[in-house]
Amino acid sequence: MFEIFTELATWLVVDVFGLSKATKLGDALHFFIEDTTKIFFLLLVMIYAIALLRASMNVERVRDYLAGKNKGVGYLLGSSFGAITPFCSCSSIPVFLGFTSAGIPVGITMSFLITSPLINEVAILLLLSLLGWKFTLLYIVVGMSVGILGGAFLDAIKAERWLQSFAAKALARGQNSSAGLQSQGINTLSFKERHNYAKNEMLEIFGRVWKWVIIGVGLGAALHGFVPDGWIQQHLGDGQWWSVPAAVLLGIPLYSNATGVIPIMESLIKQGLPIGTTLAFCMSTVAASFPEFILLKQVMQWRLLAVLFLLLLSAFTLIGWIFNLLSPFI
Amino acid sequence: MKNIKILGTGCAKCTKTAELIEKIANELSIAIQITKETNPEVIMEYGVMSTPAVIINEVNVHSGSIPTTKAIESWLKA
Repeated sequence: MFEIFTELATWLVVDVFGLSKATKLGDALHFFIEDTTKIFFLLLVMIYAIALLRASMNVERVRDYLAGKNKGVGYLLGSSFGAITPFCSCSSIPVFLGFTSAGIPVGITMSFLITSPLINEVAILLLLSLLGWKFTLLYIVVGMSVGILGGAFLDAIKAERWLQSFAAKALARGQNSSAGLQSQGINTLSFKERHNYAKNEMLEIFGRVWKWVIIGVGLGAALHGFVPDGWIQQHLGDGQWWSVPAAVLLGIPLYSNATGVIPIMESLIKQGLPIGTTLAFCMSTVAASFPEFILLKQVMQWRLLAVLFLLLLSAFTLIGWIFNLLSPFI
Repeated sequence: MKNIKILGTGCAKCTKTAELIEKIANELSIAIQITKETNPEVIMEYGVMSTPAVIINEVNVHSGSIPTTKAIESWLKA
């Protein structure tokens, strides 16, 4: 189904630019053109299709649904909604407070917020088209597990002790009031409204991520064409234990969303970087970023931030090690 | 005079929303007082989770996106 993009790239590189695919430059350029055209096409079509389906989904409804759920299912639901609910990362703080003031435990809220950047429709789409369904499924399972276990852990250590005081008070108020929330009525949307929503969503998401795609694929292409063949395989190919924490640390200062990182993942895996090391690097880049943590400071004390940060870093390191061990069986 | 607050934690969309409303109010020569509210505690008190949100005379009229020109005109003329 995607051969057309390979052919397009070959035509441009060989016939139009007159380069040979055997040269480094030709090879890198081919990779770049094939991946960007394929990704752009998929993004436009799929964001529209998915937005059409979930037009009536929003954080307010998720909150109403999660409020009052018991903890056992709460983490699973929090994480699942994190994967499918659209919201801009600049809304993380209002979402956190909205959930908290509805009396939803901090752990469930964090299951939602941790999973959200890791898994979303754009990420899944890219994974499917670049790395295949097995890897995609694995990525979803791992991403949700981090959210679920991370949330459960935060509640187990009573993380709410370390909220900023106004947030802690809001949580206590929310848990004590049995009055519940003024739930918004379920609004049924006409097809035209859905179409408008989907069109706006498509333009907005595309406008936000296209540059990440270019950067990500560009770096992937550079890796693909210019890192000597076998270098990564030779130096990191055995999944040396230290390479995983090193990959996680390297990912922290690098900040990107899933869209930019996945083309790099593709390139790293093709170059022979073990799957666990690759996952660790990418999850760290996407989910552990300083700008995000500085925002969270507004609602959390340093102590909780530090716990959260260490939690994510150890989770990603553990994932890396486990997958490197399991990779012969995957 | 309408007292308008734009709630949001300082994202680009919030700034755009404020600019758009000011521009339209100017065009319609309607006097407004517009403030941007970035304090998360205040945003929470309005019960807003999706930003930017538009509060006109203490009533939440919109949240979650940059409002359309049409919608803004209807609020200002109301």
